[in-house]
Amino acid sequence: MRIPAARGRLGAWLRARLEEPAHVEDVVEPDSDDDATLALWILHELSFRGFDDADPGAEQDPVLVLARHRLELAFERRLRQRWAATSAHRLVPDTPAGVPDALRALVASHEGPSLATYVRRHAGRDQALALLRQRSVYHLKEADPTSFVVPRLPVRAKAALVELQYDEYGDGDPNRLHAHLFARGLASVGLSPTYGAYVEEASTQTLELNNAASLFGLQRRLRGAATGHLAAFEMTSALPSRAMSQGLERLGLGGAMAHYYDEHVEADAIHEQLAATGICGSLADEEPDQVGEILFGAWTCLDLESRFATAQLASWDGGRG
Amino acid sequence: MREDDAARDTGDRAGSDREGSDHEHADVVLCADGPILVRGARSVRDADGTLHRVRRPVVALCRCGKSALLPWCDATHTVLPD
Repeated sequence: MRIPAARGRLGAWLRARLEEPAHVEDVVEPDSDDDATLALWILHELSFRGFDDADPGAEQDPVLVLARHRLELAFERRLRQRWAATSAHRLVPDTPAGVPDALRALVASHEGPSLATYVRRHAGRDQALALLRQRSVYHLKEADPTSFVVPRLPVRAKAALVELQYDEYGDGDPNRLHAHLFARGLASVGLSPTYGAYVEEASTQTLELNNAASLFGLQRRLRGAATGHLAAFEMTSALPSRAMSQGLERLGLGGAMAHYYDEHVEADAIHEQLAATGICGSLADEEPDQVGEILFGAWTCLDLESRFATAQLASWDGGRG
Repeated sequence: MREDDAARDTGDRAGSDREGSDHEHADVVLCADGPILVRGARSVRDADGTLHRVRRPVVALCRCGKSALLPWCDATHTVLPD
């Protein structure tokens, strides 16, 4: 993958600094949310698969680390402001033992548009393909942001997370690895399976979704939020995955792409149990100060997905497109 | 016991303290208002008599009876009326 085209002043500055190590100088300010969000995505990506045209040392470059830190602080501040403003905050349990039920209550009470339902019944072929292109930004690195959390957890939560992740990565079989299933699905519907192929087209909401997962995964301090984010993600996957599979079949886009979603119906019905109780419940039990953080991460996952879905449906003219 | 016999002993003998059970890790877990998680299953025979080979280390067996993926859970229980 090559460094995506900049969306503003910060992105242009970043591109120049990625190709050659930066000297000490001021980081420029972003000139839009879109500019900042893509720039943060690029900086996070240096810790994943990276870019062919970026200096390999860029990930550790002090000036770029500073740029990333500033963008992360601003992003985290925005996420916490949204969390503080929501009534879902009242669902934070008084005791660690209440975390699994609180996560279920959070998921049950969260309202937001369902892209999967739209795909099942109404979406046209072009709309479904556009959605798959947006989703590819995450799914081609599926589970990777969460994997960074493993070294930061106590024994019970660590074992539970790896038990879940082992399934995400195909139970040891690369053919069943979830990101690979998505890539095969993309190819089967005539889209590019290449990592990063659709980042240039990614909406700000798609990039924010990704940035939150990476933000939580890449900092020890945010391990609670990372586990909550994972739980909410898994707990809102199985039923929508079935709707996606049905919609894809309706549109003649079944085969390997529907198989990705069929796998997720079964896998995530398991994973949601492992995540809520085994991972989040165990972490809360051993580190009670993480209770609020777990719920923050879970709510953020749901909120960013709602924002993405709202934007995507609006781009289709509320479904009339 | 010869030294190399001792080295091959996996410590599964009853009363061995080489590997404890400090943390509960049940093979079968009845999830509250949810499926039955089963670890280590190799095959599952469903109510129709079909034998399903298990490839996952953990499976979720439907307990509400309404899954479209029987015998596996598909989260339908989360939207059933109470």
